[in-house]
Amino acid sequence: MPINYYIFLSIALFSIGIVGVLTRRNAIIIFMCVELMLNAVNLMLVAFSKMHYKAALLAGDVNGTAGTDGQLFVFFIMVVAAAEVTVGLAIIVMMYRNIHSVDVNFLNRLKH
Amino acid sequence: MNALIISAILGVVMMFSGILLKQKTAVRNVAIGGIIILLLANILEMGGTVFFTIDSRGMIAFDQFALLFNTIVFVSTLLYLLLSAKEIEKVGVNYADYFALIFFILCGITLVSSFKSLLILFLGIEIISIPLYILTGSDKRNLKSNEASLKYFLLGVFSTGLMLMGIALVYGARGTFLTVPDPLVTVVPNALLITGMSLLLFSMAFKVSAAPFHFWTPDVYDGAPTVFTSFMATIVKAAVFIAFIRLFDDAFEGLQPQWRLWIAVITAITLFVGNITAVFQQSVKRMLAYSSIAQAGFMLLSLYAMNTEAKEGLLIYAAAYCLATIGIFAVLAKMNDYTFDGFNGLARREPLIAATLTILLLSLAGIPLTAGFLAKFYMLKATIATPNSLWLVIFAVLMAAVSVYYYFRVIQAMYFKEGNDATTGFSPFFKWTMVLMASLVILLGLFPDLLLNWLYF
Repeated sequence: MPINYYIFLSIALFSIGIVGVLTRRNAIIIFMCVELMLNAVNLMLVAFSKMHYKAALLAGDVNGTAGTDGQLFVFFIMVVAAAEVTVGLAIIVMMYRNIHSVDVNFLNRLKH
Repeated sequence: MNALIISAILGVVMMFSGILLKQKTAVRNVAIGGIIILLLANILEMGGTVFFTIDSRGMIAFDQFALLFNTIVFVSTLLYLLLSAKEIEKVGVNYADYFALIFFILCGITLVSSFKSLLILFLGIEIISIPLYILTGSDKRNLKSNEASLKYFLLGVFSTGLMLMGIALVYGARGTFLTVPDPLVTVVPNALLITGMSLLLFSMAFKVSAAPFHFWTPDVYDGAPTVFTSFMATIVKAAVFIAFIRLFDDAFEGLQPQWRLWIAVITAITLFVGNITAVFQQSVKRMLAYSSIAQAGFMLLSLYAMNTEAKEGLLIYAAAYCLATIGIFAVLAKMNDYTFDGFNGLARREPLIAATLTILLLSLAGIPLTAGFLAKFYMLKATIATPNSLWLVIFAVLMAAVSVYYYFRVIQAMYFKEGNDATTGFSPFFKWTMVLMASLVILLGLFPDLLLNWLYF
């Protein structure tokens, strides 16, 4: 399959994530949309990794290590995303204990 | 490499010290001892003594610029802990963990000040951000603290997503994560690269709270416990600026025509919004939050100019801004009333504190003989050296004049108004640390070369 398909799919997922973050009011759904954005990036990185690998192979690089760093990056994103989930859900739970809601519309008391 | 590994180890040590040591003083002393060790190890590395040599495959480079910045950060953190360690203990029962998180943030700072690969930039920024989300929400029973931390978390993760997309697109265009690309491979600026660069620009602007992306800053700084606001607004912000300038200097130097105008516009809006909104604040804590946006505007000038003077200036600016703001926040944390009226009559009760506070405020406002003046001077000098930038310089000077108003309101309240006692008392040690801080600010204002000579050591 040509790389364009992957790029378009990834951009579509990323845009869904952004729209979700900007329009939804539930903290957990916002958080899911952020995770969607991160996974769109993962897909994009793997696609680019294969693209650079193939390009290096065609250019005569017999070692075939070009592009592997892109896939390594994906693992780092996964680890960091897991750390973010840990902290983020803890914060949401802490919030829920105090106001019994996860609606971000409550987040306007600091304005005054 | 010394500071990177030792700070991570110290973070773990602090976590265990919370279990093993029962006394608050002991934990605090371990933290202060740890930061001194960190500082000494970093200074040794500047002199060429490296304890750990790890082949990072060119992903990290501890050059003199990075090491000098780390030294500034560690000195500021040392002073911060000397002044505010007692306040950290008041935030919650898990005080040892807060110290541990601060050391982990320092580990992230050493990464972002020395990265040569976008992977390290991403990891560094995340190692800084995740502990900060926790520290912001550390006052668990306080609803304002909860709100601040949730807001900071959601927006921070969102901007991380944008940054990752930017990194992915840059990787697609270049085929490598290294910020200094292979000079043999020339990459024409195509749509992928430009989009990736813009996304990185936006997310970094968000992290340093530059103007169109600054909405989280006042709320988060206001809601977080004051001790942690102090850390967040000074040391972390300066570190992200170093990451910002390193990224655009190394990775996107060839694209300067594309991003220079963006930066100029962002700088102008940041200066305007930060200074004008700060004028209308009633709470000193919120005023300092807007003032940190305004100071970020000045630091952005170094990004716009991007020459040797700009880099030197950014180091001086980071030092001046960190010292002054840490001092002011340390006094503020001891106040019972955070409005301007809370400072009424402080000069009569605590003349020494009021005098040092005045020097720090003058430094932030950029009055001559202080480090703040020299920092602003370096920034403007660097900017004026670049073509077609006179409008930005004039605008920045005007905005600096506006900033004098809200800094002097505090001085006016301290010296020319009568008020009742609203402080919790200052220990002699606190007072002498403040004097040390004020004298450092003046010393740096008189002899900037004391700092800058290290750059060419």
